[in-house]
Amino acid sequence: MNKVCDVIAPDIRHTLPDTFDVRTVRRDFPILQQGIRGRRLVYLDSAATSQKPQVVVDAVQRFYMEDCANIHRGVHSLSQRATEQYEQARVKVQHFLHAGESREIVFVRGATEGINLVAQSYGRKHLQAGDEIIISTMEHHSNIVPWQMLCEEKDVVLRVVPINDKGELLIDEYEKLLGPRTRFVSIVHVSNALGTINPLREIIELAHRWNVPVLVDGAQGVPHLNVDVCELDCDFYVFSGHKLYGPTGVGVLYGKARLLEAMPPYQGGGDMISSVTFEKTTYKGLPHKFEAGTPNIAGAIGLGAAIDYLCGIGRERIAAYEQELLTYATEAVSAIPGLRIIGTAQTKASVLSFVLDGVHPHDIGTILDEEGIAIRAGHHCAMPLMQRFGVPGTARASLAFYNTKREIDALVSALHKVKEIFG
Amino acid sequence: MSNLRELYQEVILDHNKSPCNFRKLDGANRVAEGLNPLCGDRVTIYLHVQDDVIQDIGFQGSGCAISKAAASVMTDIVKGKSKAEAQALSESFRRLVTGRGSAGADCSELEEFDAFRGVCEFPARVKCATLAWHTLREALETTTGAVATE
Repeated sequence: MNKVCDVIAPDIRHTLPDTFDVRTVRRDFPILQQGIRGRRLVYLDSAATSQKPQVVVDAVQRFYMEDCANIHRGVHSLSQRATEQYEQARVKVQHFLHAGESREIVFVRGATEGINLVAQSYGRKHLQAGDEIIISTMEHHSNIVPWQMLCEEKDVVLRVVPINDKGELLIDEYEKLLGPRTRFVSIVHVSNALGTINPLREIIELAHRWNVPVLVDGAQGVPHLNVDVCELDCDFYVFSGHKLYGPTGVGVLYGKARLLEAMPPYQGGGDMISSVTFEKTTYKGLPHKFEAGTPNIAGAIGLGAAIDYLCGIGRERIAAYEQELLTYATEAVSAIPGLRIIGTAQTKASVLSFVLDGVHPHDIGTILDEEGIAIRAGHHCAMPLMQRFGVPGTARASLAFYNTKREIDALVSALHKVKEIFG
Repeated sequence: MSNLRELYQEVILDHNKSPCNFRKLDGANRVAEGLNPLCGDRVTIYLHVQDDVIQDIGFQGSGCAISKAAASVMTDIVKGKSKAEAQALSESFRRLVTGRGSAGADCSELEEFDAFRGVCEFPARVKCATLAWHTLREALETTTGAVATE
């Protein structure tokens, strides 16, 4: 059990049985109780967005019904309550990531905005023509495009770490790319399209030998893995609330205080200033310097509730159950003739990408939907990765701790139907 | 399952497996590329247009069964048609797959279009069916270009 659980949710934890019971867990998710096209919904698209437990929905609703006010502004009671809850959520995230200080936690709209913030604020300040940024072949577009935009503006060069056929980073090649021109490394924790878990400790340590800071795109990391930013020694870590069973429109940028302090603001506006005159404006300190305008207050509070919920169940229990599901699903779909799994790394999170001979992923998606099964079909916002594997896209079943082996059986049986239709 | 059978009719599955005119056209004087950024479908239409008539047509690309079959059927139908006729066909196809009425009584290609009648039950797939037609219109307007359905 990690530190945050002891701090935040001891009462919830003690009411739960020692073993993980998926039936109990499923009752916490109202959306899973519904039918789709006359069948029970089988939701296997949690990597796109995860479903929200009742406690998250309640937290958001309670804010709007009882505590809604703007933060850091009013002297009145509601504003104080709203501010307190918003700042409490920040502390929850701090403990969740094992960050040293709560001012190292910046609320943003999502992982995408977190990366853009660093690219625009850190990148524009510190990078010059001829400098190099390293990313990898398995990045989501959100960890490619912000750097390309910076490269175009500053004449910086983007270098890409290749992968092997299993979907694992070639660390030797990465080591060769690192050099005196390298100024930044931005790397995904867990690949959204392959499920690969990258060896962050090694990646970060190698970069630090060159005094190069590392940003970790943790959008798919935090839902599956316990993250300790101090132990990893990463310089930035970003994630989205909605993939962590929280609301959409809220996310987190963790940054080492030393780095964040030296960075200029990303956006200007209210709440990020100490004083404004037409001659000169002074900015607030961390983290408010990076939170211009009224933030997603309800979203942050909902994210805090999601973190409490996950810690209440136990992150290790969740991880163990998801691994069990992944093993079961991998074996089950591998037995289907003509099916090829894309992404077979040694260490994987519960993401199962595959292609089926002679059937385009979209057709798989449509046929599965008729069976009430939700999967993602397409390029998963990772077009360069699809090119690497020579496929236009894949079908992807992403598994969360509320999924069951019976649902995987339903997936397999629906995939047989796909084959039947396509002959 | 019946909805699915309606969508994935034999005609569509056959065209998907062995598409007509699936080739790059040497000597094309009109080319356009169509993209569906939502799902990554892409199609390139090659035309040889002379005296306002589509003398020859070919297509290449990758996509789902619906998009591929639609492109294949389209290339078969519009060959030998004038620009105006092709545009009218495009419009009646669009009406059919969006569920806004039949393909039109005056349309002799009705039988070929009929295979796509099931698409309107799957709103998410309408763009797959119309991608090739959008791209054809683009190709008729210009000598090169890219069109997106989003």
